[in-house]
Amino acid sequence: MTTETIKPSIWAFANPTRFNTFASKAIPVLAIITFALLAVGLWMSFNAPEDYQQGYTVLIMFIHVPAAWLAMMSYAVMSASAIGTIVWRHPLANVSLRSAAPLGAMFTILALATGSLWGKPMWGTWWEWDARMTSVLVLLIIYLGLIALSKAFDEPSEAALPLAVMTLTGAPLLPIIKFSVDWWNTLHQPASVSRFDRPAMSAEFLYPLLIMALAYTAIFFTLHMMAMRNEILSRRIRTMKMQAARKQSSKGAA
Amino acid sequence: MLALLKREILLSIRAGGGALTGVLFFLAVVSVFPFAVGPDTKLLSHLAPAILWIGALLASLLGLDKLFAQEREDGSLDLLVMQPHPLAITIFIKALAHWTMTGLPLVVATPMFGIMLNLSPLGIGATMITLLAGTPAISFIGAVGAAVSVKLPRGSMLISVLVLPLVIPILIFGVAAITGALEDPAPFTAPFLFVCAITLFTSVLGPLAASIMLRHSAD
Amino acid sequence: MKLIIEKLNLNRASQEIVSNISFELSAGEALIVTGENGSGKSTTLRGIAGLMPLNDGSIRLLDETGKQFEGEVREYCHYLGHQNGMKPALTVRENLDFWQKFCGEPDLSIEEALDEVDLAHTIDLPFSYLSAGMKRRVSIARLLVSDRPIWILDEPTAGLDAQSVKMFTELCKNFCEGGGILIAATHLPLGIETERTLEIKASN
Repeated sequence: MTTETIKPSIWAFANPTRFNTFASKAIPVLAIITFALLAVGLWMSFNAPEDYQQGYTVLIMFIHVPAAWLAMMSYAVMSASAIGTIVWRHPLANVSLRSAAPLGAMFTILALATGSLWGKPMWGTWWEWDARMTSVLVLLIIYLGLIALSKAFDEPSEAALPLAVMTLTGAPLLPIIKFSVDWWNTLHQPASVSRFDRPAMSAEFLYPLLIMALAYTAIFFTLHMMAMRNEILSRRIRTMKMQAARKQSSKGAA
Repeated sequence: MLALLKREILLSIRAGGGALTGVLFFLAVVSVFPFAVGPDTKLLSHLAPAILWIGALLASLLGLDKLFAQEREDGSLDLLVMQPHPLAITIFIKALAHWTMTGLPLVVATPMFGIMLNLSPLGIGATMITLLAGTPAISFIGAVGAAVSVKLPRGSMLISVLVLPLVIPILIFGVAAITGALEDPAPFTAPFLFVCAITLFTSVLGPLAASIMLRHSAD
Repeated sequence: MKLIIEKLNLNRASQEIVSNISFELSAGEALIVTGENGSGKSTTLRGIAGLMPLNDGSIRLLDETGKQFEGEVREYCHYLGHQNGMKPALTVRENLDFWQKFCGEPDLSIEEALDEVDLAHTIDLPFSYLSAGMKRRVSIARLLVSDRPIWILDEPTAGLDAQSVKMFTELCKNFCEGGGILIAATHLPLGIETERTLEIKASN
């Protein structure tokens, strides 16, 4: 019996080795792009004019709004990975799903924190049960629940399907939650809080915002790829440890 | 399938009275509120729809952790999964039975608690109807939570964390509908129809998602 | 009727447990699966019963003309695992009644089935009152109350006394003579004429 060489383990199908080779080349490139975009974006943001109503606080928008976008995009990436896990049972999809969840949670926290900072001068309180803030808070709870689920299993591969199923169950419910929170908000505070009715954003705000959004997306993909590589490596270590333990015990028995 | 419904209901009556525990829990939650907010009847009657709905929401989460985990422990899950019946239908029936023994008793008990909270007869009626239409959704989404944590020995807390944010719309529209029935400018029909729509939607989504999970949970 | 298993390959927690098992069984034949603890007997049986995703390989059930049966093979199987699949809070009759109705294809009545396993007197007792051996016999009676052409049994005689084992092998014999296919993981031979043995070795 061949013991070591051609064990058709899960890795033979997934080709994470190829992924990791690709990742080690792609990550530096992505990182450079990220830093470049971030530098340009931040420079443009800080040179944006003051808003006639909000003054300097409008600058928070450039780090707040992209974070909120990315918080949603992370869920989209997770849903796509969940489909990959369920339909093709591709281990890489599962790795991608697992690694995206903490990133999504991080962007959500960032959106909430910057929103709160923005809210203080705007609303006079750190927290307002504003429709957008509330939906993002619910999204954060969902993210944290999914992370808790992914950590609840001893064996990472066992968490794959539960995580995918739960992510996909949440996906169609998210718009419903968003809609219901908006409904709830209009019901309880009929336009008491002045929300920013945007009169077609002017170019000097729009361009920095778009660059920042691109920079955030680049951050996401860089970190996502790094997290995936780490996840693959840590799983491989785990498999090797288990094999070593098994070998040890069979040697002991013989 | 009727046999399954009968078995589930028999089980929840026999095994420590699942139905009764739910109502007791509901009673406990509802009676804790006045201690927190004070015995002001006016305030309580204003808060009553919210209190009843939160009580129902929490009570409906009871026993979800056992929905599949117990079946797995005694080996029944394998046999349920193997049968020619579509698994999603089997899960639908199990979720329905769960609702029959947790959600439905709450609806029946609502008038009593409504009176205690000084809710008007119209408010009691509206609460009963919205609970009747809305609480099944909690069991259906709960079935997914129960399915994904079927292998976890202490999954009940996790199920609540996973399920609660997803049932927020039900709570919002449910309470909004009651408010709509009681206060004039606010509408009743629109939020009530949303509650019905969400329940119908989750009655398909929940069992389907749970069946994907249970069908492929190798062990 | 013919059950064809080809190149069965099963993983558990991304570790290969069972590799490359192939065999064919015709109506009336029995297969005894043996092997040490942890060699993958249970995994193999669960794979055949459709309770584990196949990593590779196929499971097919053909009729006399070589046509494949409709639906999944698992729908034609009775599976008796380590657990009995019975609810302690329900009576023996309620338990068996449920499985008979849920599985469909009623065969023996509940009274007759319990008679076969010498437990007719327990019919209205809660399942939790029974001893371990009696519980096992009730779950054997479950195989009799609805008709399935394939029995997949994992350590069916665990907890049974000598007399019950004899009664059980008799039931298996009858089942095979009636054209059933039987796959069992057990340490003792069942003494069926058409019996074959498959030894599973741990894959590493």
